Order: sequence, then C-alpha cells, then structure tokens
Amino acid sequence: MKLPVKMTINGQKVSHEVEPRLLLVHYIREVVGLTGTHVGCDTSQCGACTILIDGQAVKACTLFAVQADGATITTIEGLAKNGELHPIQQGFWEKHGLQCGFCTPGMILAAYQMLERYPKPTEDQIRHQLEGNLCRCTGYHNIVKAIQWAAEHMAGKK
Amino acid sequence: MATVVQERLFGKAIKRREDPRFITGRGQYVDDVKLPGMTYAAFVRSPHAHARIRRIDTSGALKHPGVVAVFTGKDMAGVNSLPCGWDLRKEKNIPGVVQDLAMVPHMPLTADVARHVGDPVAVVIAESQAAAVDAVDRVKVDWEPLPSVTVTDRAARSGAPQIHTGAPGNVAFKWEIGDRSATDAAFKGAATTVKKRILNQRLVANAMEPRACIARFDTATGELTLWVTSQNPHVHRLLMCAFVLGIPEHKVRVIAPDVGGGFGSKIFLYNEEVVCSWVARQLKRPVRWTATRREAYLTDAHGRDHVTDAELALGRDGKILGLRVKTTANLGAYLSTFAPAIPTFLYGTLLNGVYTIGAIHCEVTGVFTNTTAVDAYRGAGRPEACYVLERIVEAGARALGMDVAELRKKNFIPKFSGAFQTLVAVSYDSGDYAAAFDRLLQMLNYRKFRAEQEAARKQGRLLGIGFSTYIEACSIAPSKLVGALGAGAGLYESAKVRVHPTGGVTVYTGSHSHGQGHETTFAQLVADELQIPIEQVEIVHGDTGAIPFGMGTYGSRSASVGGTAILMSLNKIKEKGKRIAAHLLEASANDIEYVNGQFQVKGVPSKAVPFGAVSLTAYVPHKYPDNLEPGLEETSFYDPSNFCFPFGAHACVVEVDRDTGAVQIQRYLAVDDVGKVINPMIVDGMVHGGIAQGVGQALCEGAVYDEGSGQLVTGSMMDYALPKADMLPLYETDRTVTPTPVNPMGIKGAGETGTIAATPTVVNAVIDALAPLGVDHIEAMPLTSERVWKAIQAAKAKR
Ligand code: FES
Ligand code: FES
Repeated sequence: MKLPVKMTINGQKVSHEVEPRLLLVHYIREVVGLTGTHVGCDTSQCGACTILIDGQAVKACTLFAVQADGATITTIEGLAKNGELHPIQQGFWEKHGLQCGFCTPGMILAAYQMLERYPKPTEDQIRHQLEGNLCRCTGYHNIVKAIQWAAEHMAGKK
Repeated sequence: MATVVQERLFGKAIKRREDPRFITGRGQYVDDVKLPGMTYAAFVRSPHAHARIRRIDTSGALKHPGVVAVFTGKDMAGVNSLPCGWDLRKEKNIPGVVQDLAMVPHMPLTADVARHVGDPVAVVIAESQAAAVDAVDRVKVDWEPLPSVTVTDRAARSGAPQIHTGAPGNVAFKWEIGDRSATDAAFKGAATTVKKRILNQRLVANAMEPRACIARFDTATGELTLWVTSQNPHVHRLLMCAFVLGIPEHKVRVIAPDVGGGFGSKIFLYNEEVVCSWVARQLKRPVRWTATRREAYLTDAHGRDHVTDAELALGRDGKILGLRVKTTANLGAYLSTFAPAIPTFLYGTLLNGVYTIGAIHCEVTGVFTNTTAVDAYRGAGRPEACYVLERIVEAGARALGMDVAELRKKNFIPKFSGAFQTLVAVSYDSGDYAAAFDRLLQMLNYRKFRAEQEAARKQGRLLGIGFSTYIEACSIAPSKLVGALGAGAGLYESAKVRVHPTGGVTVYTGSHSHGQGHETTFAQLVADELQIPIEQVEIVHGDTGAIPFGMGTYGSRSASVGGTAILMSLNKIKEKGKRIAAHLLEASANDIEYVNGQFQVKGVPSKAVPFGAVSLTAYVPHKYPDNLEPGLEETSFYDPSNFCFPFGAHACVVEVDRDTGAVQIQRYLAVDDVGKVINPMIVDGMVHGGIAQGVGQALCEGAVYDEGSGQLVTGSMMDYALPKADMLPLYETDRTVTPTPVNPMGIKGAGETGTIAATPTVVNAVIDALAPLGVDHIEAMPLTSERVWKAIQAAKAKR
C-alpha cells in the first residue's frame, strides 16, 4: 500500500506516493534526492538528520514521511539564499566548526532554532542545546565558537 | 618584470577550502551515490556469540517480493579469507615473538561457525532497501548455540570455549620486548615499587558516517568500481583483489569520496565490501550496502581492550628504575587487517614514554574471544601504552609521597635532537619534554592551583588535577623497518603533481581526507612552493583511478609522509622548469633559480620567465631543449627514514561530587609539540577532537558484552555513551615547536595526540580529587558517577 504525500522542501513543491513506513529522512534522501541530510544512527541520538519542519528543528528520522504531509521543510540545501551563506553556515566556516562534515548539516539546523530561541546564547546554553547532536571530530569547541560567531553576526544584521 | 611576493601560507590558519560544500549539504558521501539499476544488500547476522550453523534455508527469502538473490558462505566458493596484514612468526624473524601468531581464517560469509554476535552468514539482495531488510527475516538459520567467552582475561583460561581450531587455548600470539633480567634486577634494587592492575576498556570508534559501499560491475569493460568508506582506497583494492577475490587489480577501481570520519575504523577491509563486490560481479548489477548504526557497533573494528598488570620501581630520589608490564590484549573473534601490530609494535615500543628509565620489560598475550574484532582506533596501541605509563608513574609518585609534577620533571629525557635510543627498540627523533611541561604548568599556574585545592579540600570539596606527559609515534612509517616487524605492506606515500598548460596545478595524493582538511593544507604547501595563488591548486584524493598507488591516512601520517611526497614532486617540477626556462632565457639551467613564481637568472629578477609560461612551453614545446620530454608532471614516493615522535603535556582540573561521584571537568589544558604546523587552525581542531575522544574513554565510553550470552549490550547510540557538548569545556591549547629532523618540513603529526594524552590526564585528575578519601587507584574505566561513587564508598569502608 502506498499513500500520497505532498510537501514543500526548500521552496519546491514535491509530491510522491510512498510506503507508510518510509521515514522522512529516507524520503528526503532517497526519493527527493536531497542528500545533505544525513543518517548517523537508528535510535534518534545523533542529530545528523536534523531539518526544519515549519520552522522547528526536527530529527527527520523520528517521523514518517506521511506524517510530514503538507509540511514546509528546510534542509541544509535550502539555507543559503541567493548564493549567500546563512550566518550560521558562515560561522561554521570561519570558526572551523567542522572536520568530516557529516554532523554539520544537523548541527547547523539545530543551531538555527537555538538562535531563534536564544539570540544571545551563553556557552552553557549552546552546549546544552546541542545535547541532541553528536560530533565525533571537533570535540565541540569550534562548534560552540561557530554558533557564537553566528549569534554576533545575526545580531548585527537585525 | 614586476613580481609580487606572495605571502607564505605555511603556518597560516586559513579557512578550509572544502567547507563550502559541506556547510551547504553538497558533500558526496558513499551513501549519497545512486546508480541506475542499483540493488540493495542486507546481511543475515548471527544473533549468537558462538554458534554452529547446521543449515541455512533461503527459500522463504527468495520468494519475498523484490528479492533478487540470496547468497551464503557456501555459495562463495573460490573466495578466500580476509587477510591479516601483519605477521608475528619466529620463522619470519619478527623480533619478540614468543609464540607464533595463529593466522586463523576470516571468511566474508562464515559457513560453519559464527564467532561473534553480528558475524555475517548470508546476504540478501533486493530491488529496494526495505525488501532486502524484510527478507533477511525470512532466511532461516538452524543454529546450534555454543558456549562463548568475551572477557579478555578469561579467554585463555583452561576450560574456556575454543573459538578457532588453529588457536589452541584461544591464544593468538605471545610477544615480548625489553630486557627481563635487567628489569628484575632494577626491581630488586628499588626503594619503592608499586603494582597496579590497569584496564583499558574496549571502545567503538563511532565515526558519525556509518560504513557503506557500492559495487558496480561494468559488463562492457569488465571493470569493477567500488565506492567505499575507506581511509586508504589502494589498500582496500590490493587486499580485496590479491588476497580475497583473486581478480586483477587493474580491473578494479576503488573510490573513497567524502568520508565522514574514520578514526582507524575505516582502514580495514571488511566482509561487507568484499561480499558486495563479489555479488556485483555475479549479478552484473550495482549493489549498495550502508551499515545501520547497530551494525556499525557489531562490525566496525573495535579498539583497545587490554588487561594489564603494571609495576614501577623507583629510587628514593624519585628516579624511575624499572617498569614491568604484562598485558592481555583482546583481539576479538578474528584477526582484523592490522590487529597484531596494535598491542605489540605500536604499544610495547612506546613504554619508555618521555622518561629516562632504568630497565623495561613488557610481555603481551593476544587472545581470541567471541567479540567483534579489535584493531586500530585513534592512537592504536599508543594510548594504551601512555595510559599504563602515566597511571603507574602517578601511582609511584603517590607511593613515594612526591608531587606528580616533580617526579615527572626528575625523570624527563633531556632535550635532544637527532636520536634518543629507547629501551624498547625505537629511537626518538627530537624532543624537549621539559619545555612543554613547563609551559603547561605556567598556563595552569600550578602552585596557585595547589593552594586553591588545599582550600577547597578544607571545605570538603573534591578538587583534583591530573597530568600526562606523553609521547607518540606517528608519521607511519619506514617500510623496511615495519617490514622487519611483520608488516605485509610498505608504508610510504605517493604524490603526483600535474601542472596544466595554463599553469594550474592538480595534486593527486595517496593520502585520504576524512575530516583532516587536506584540500586546504596540501594546497597551502603547493601555493608556497610554487608561489602561485592557492586558487590555482586542486587536491585530488580517494580514487585509485586517479591517484598513484598510495597507502592512505592513519597513524598521523598525511602531512609528514604524504606532504613530503608532494614536496618531492614539486621539487622535480621546479628542476624541470629550470631547464625549460634556461632554454627560453638562453642561460644554463644551473644559473636559474625559482623565486616569487618565476624562473629567473640567479639574482636577476628582470631576466625571468613566469611559471605559467614555462608550463605552457612544456606542453607546446616549440622552443624547447633537446633531450627533454615535453609535459610537466611528476610523481614521487616518499618513504620516511624513521617514525616521528610528537609529545606534549596535558592537564585537567576536575571536581568530583562526593555524594554522587559525578565528575565535572573544570579546565582542560594541552601543550602539544607536533613539530612544524602547516595550518594551526586545523591542528587545533584535531587536538580538540582527540581530547574529546580521550575524555570520552575516561568518563563515559565503553563497549560492554554480557558475559553469559555474549551479547553486545552497548550496541546502539542509546547505550554507548559518546561525549556530548555539555560535558566538555573549552580547551586551553598551546604548542611548543620542536621540528623533526626526519622529514624536510619538520612536521611530526597531530592526528592522535589528544586521544593519547587525554585519557590518563582525566583519570589522574579524578584520582587526585579522591586522594583525601584514601583512593589511590580505580582499576577500570570509564569513570562513571557509579564507578566513582563505589570507589568512594569502598575507601570509606576501609577507614
Ligand atoms: S539519524 Fe541519528 S538522530 Fe536521526
Ligand atoms: S565534523 Fe565529523 S562528526 Fe562532526
């Protein structure tokens, strides 16, 4: 049995017929073909699959594609606008917030919501908010710095 | 001609050139590759730690919709065992062998007996991932469960279940290094001796990207292409072709595209990539497999897992007179690619540390157990050595009543350059161990800390500090030397530099980046040497179809070994360029120098040809020297003359909650000496990541097997505690710079130092915090609040 799903991903309307058990992250990667969203675990621990659903940071492995029917989604591919990096992306680049890059899309989108909640986060807040995102490369030091950099530059823009 | 002097990039923290694709989601990892007609593989794995396979019935799976084929070990006739690339046998004159290595077979799909939970026994190939996974449940295996053993120091006990017929008593090998009788004598003359059992628990590398592969067989050309999460694509190709599948190497192309972290776990040749390659040739259709995280825990080579009894002999003055180490190393159920080297030549040879020691003896027994195979994990042998030494040295200081910093200072090998012969075979390259430690103490303000600690203790707070002054052997490795020690491979590195007609440069390196940032650091080297803008430089790696035969990235070798190979090729380019320029300038090649991006007559910048003009001439050789080949492309292979030995000093300040045993890191400081540094930002990043992994081992990580069933209890990210952002501080880092004389750039290597140093640093800090309660040792890691709390209770009960 397949069910129809429709959603808007990075401004593009997509619609497919999918198995009800298909996870949203697999839908995005395998069906829609946006492979910037990664899969790092099977227990919803790592956060590599983090995307924005209607503005909320969500682990895309925690729901089925059919549950996201009608949603508006932003993945890492949709964050830069008109070729201009989002300040969080820029911050990760400036502060060397990534090494292998595998956790990075999820980190950036988790940071996106973090900075909406806490535009001027303390170091503790950043660390606490990153509880759901694992990175094996950076030891988190430069991810913290990257998010601080982004917070400063986003404040400047507003 | 006006020349612009280009700023030197060596030593500059320039931003990474690979980042734009990663931060916008355009990296391409193996699982991102999609091919037309692709099929999907899912493996049937043993649910038992040890079980005989009576029968496998695949008929149900074959009937499942979407299933293309099912294969078992029996179907893979003609396919050989996965090879072990390190030999330890007396007949090969490998030093230190007490009992020969048992070269036990490791079949890609085991047909007779499964020897650990997760051991693959069959593979299902289907039109979709879902169909493959569903059909796995329809393969019926008739199991005869056998008793199992997973615990390191029980494997070789009498009565333990026998795992391989070729390894009686489950002993894989016995090996020793050092001088037994001199060590015995040193202990006799000692004022104080300490003995501790020190466990180094089993870890899982946990690269964030799970292992994956895609195999495609091209029926038109007969070529097999394998995309695989590899740190060393040529090594994968060689092992798979020559040893396992018996297919010609030149008909196989291995591509390791963007790889999401390795930490050692992606060095090795694994069952799944061999099986998928074989299946692709059978079915003539592409096959993809990506590990679930659970499969990763069960099948990625694990790390560490040592049980050690260590003894230290000290003089009254605090001089280290002797070190005696007995280690049992758990190798798991099979011999992974480099497994025998890790607890021997990468472990025993590091036990001299940064100290002058009277005598050392170390013996190691490798054992088989019903667990996942153990091999190199970041640091590989060296963290285990450092942990033993740095723990026992601190225990010795406590036994003597001497300050731990003081005892270290008393014993440091004095500053040297060129060679320091250790008691355990290796000869260090250069070192100034006291300088790094002094710098650390200064950053820390050690005296002030001890005063604060005193005050805190009076208030009942458990504040502690721990150190480690470590050595590491990297820049792996001189081929002749490792060959004499049992390596099946040479460990040089290759680089091809291709200058294009219009002056752009592509470097094809045998090194592989899975987070190390080679596209930046190697380009920095090229831009400097050729004095061309970095934008004109492209770094290509990870494709055996493009790069010369190379050994890949592990053992902190890319900059020092891979980078030197690039430098050699650049020098050849310059030499050839001089001959072309000389011809154009009507001068002698000996009179040409390469300065600021142009070939010029020595000392006469006005008589010059720019780099781009020479490259164009090389490809349009109208006005060209006789007897010189056209083109501008050079390949080099660099084989180092020695290992390099980075070193440094780390410190950690912790506070332990006396009611809960919870450990909180307050400060973490690191002074590393990795020789010369190409990009300090990247090196700092590697140090940070290494520290986090070392802290992880000290405080939260550990692979746990249930003893009765042999099940891996920590088989998911829910159960295996990886360090998170909120348990770590900002690290305070600095460097001293002692260039190595081994390679021309003076680079030692920086990829593993943090992991090596951090674990004993943190554990020593916790022990220091608990010292007022009478705790002087905790045998096992990780130091979870439960384990610390228990140590506190045990100490209280003793009083
Ligand atoms: S894939 Fe790990 S949290 Fe979603
Ligand atoms: S950058 Fe590799 S896991 Fe975070």
